Amino acid sequence: MPAHAILTIAWKDILSEFRSRETISSMLIFCLIVVVIFNFMFEPGSSLVKEMVPGILWVAITFAGILGLNRSFIYEVDQGCLLGLLLCPVDHSMLYLGKMIGNFFFMVIMEIIIIPLMIILFNLDILNILLPLLLIIFLGTLGFAAVGTLLSAISVNTRAREILLPVLLFPIAIPILLAAVKATSALINQGTFASALSWIKILTGFDIIFLVISSLLFEYVVED
Amino acid sequence: MIKIKGLSKSFGSFYALRDLSLEIHPGEFWMIVGPNGAGKTTLLKIIATLSQPTQGKITIHEVESDNNRIHIRKQIGFIGHQSFLYENLTAEENLKFYARMYRLENIAKRIADTLTQVGLAERKNDLVRTFSRGMQQRLSIGRALLANPTIILLDEPFSGLDQNAIENFVELFTSLISPNRMIIMTTHDLHLGLELATHFAIVLRGKLVQQGLCNSHDLDGFKALYRKLTGEGH
Repeated sequence: MPAHAILTIAWKDILSEFRSRETISSMLIFCLIVVVIFNFMFEPGSSLVKEMVPGILWVAITFAGILGLNRSFIYEVDQGCLLGLLLCPVDHSMLYLGKMIGNFFFMVIMEIIIIPLMIILFNLDILNILLPLLLIIFLGTLGFAAVGTLLSAISVNTRAREILLPVLLFPIAIPILLAAVKATSALINQGTFASALSWIKILTGFDIIFLVISSLLFEYVVED
Repeated sequence: MIKIKGLSKSFGSFYALRDLSLEIHPGEFWMIVGPNGAGKTTLLKIIATLSQPTQGKITIHEVESDNNRIHIRKQIGFIGHQSFLYENLTAEENLKFYARMYRLENIAKRIADTLTQVGLAERKNDLVRTFSRGMQQRLSIGRALLANPTIILLDEPFSGLDQNAIENFVELFTSLISPNRMIIMTTHDLHLGLELATHFAIVLRGKLVQQGLCNSHDLDGFKALYRKLTGEGH
């Protein structure tokens, strides 16, 4: 597999974002607003917080993720670069994977900042389950970015592109979001990796399915 | 050589191209002219393997276009009215991005040579968003030439450029002509087209209605022919 093309596209997206900081800053601001508002509602460290945190976390990740996914292909189209990208002598599924890695990276950066903040604001004692929690977040983010990147390419050439993406994305991403929220909830509330394992397996399965299907469909999405 | 045989492209019931056949040989510079919506850009997109024909086939250097798209894309340099450049990257980074995507060798030397060729060596570290339209178009030409393509597709390359920039580009495009290279340009500017091209094709509602050799000294005659065939004033 020509990994060079995937990495080159991801490098280009990350470097461009590093210069403009448009996508990550808007994602972060949105996340901060969600976390802070929910923090006003609940008593830090209470049992209710433990029940609500998985939902709050994934609401923040998915809504902020949509902001990033929306920008992903708009950036290419508005600068007139999508055609240049499609003309490159690489399989179009490589273009999809490169864009997907870029989107995934931006979401991970946002999560690196927002998760410690949530731990502090909600007074969560999750040190002993941190690694499996990070695994769930990794898998959930990967699946969301996988399906979101494809749908972003579909919605970018429509008039209501910023509205169309969430309309298309949420119903299709439900299996990913359901598994991610359930796995996070089981882990935080029951405190053992085993309690979340079945949901993690489902999440992994959906990640693989969405990645394979999306990379196969991308060619048809971008062709006239 | 590019062989186009019985090419048709439809979008639903609308035919963008109808049974179009054309042969383009190395060393030739073709201009494709026709009214808006005639199918000129669709033809370029199909040659560039970005769109699949509904009927007919294209053979490029004896290779059927459908069979080896990636190989054919390596041979193609595309210059459009959009620059395909990333505003937040420098001139050098933009070329480096495309050089890596084309898996070129000696990238640093190629980029340095290309930037010199298009007169942007001194601005290599500047972000593209600080460039004028003319400079962006020059860099875009550099991007298209980076892989030393044997086919150059020019889609309305003069669109949005001022007179001074157009004169510079005519000079630059003339320097692109070589015995091993085929150039196909769509344009609305018959005068510039005749100045540059060796052959012409007039397309109307997706059909090739006339083709022949260009005579840059007979602009009026060509305009009259164009008017007669398309019904458009020029």
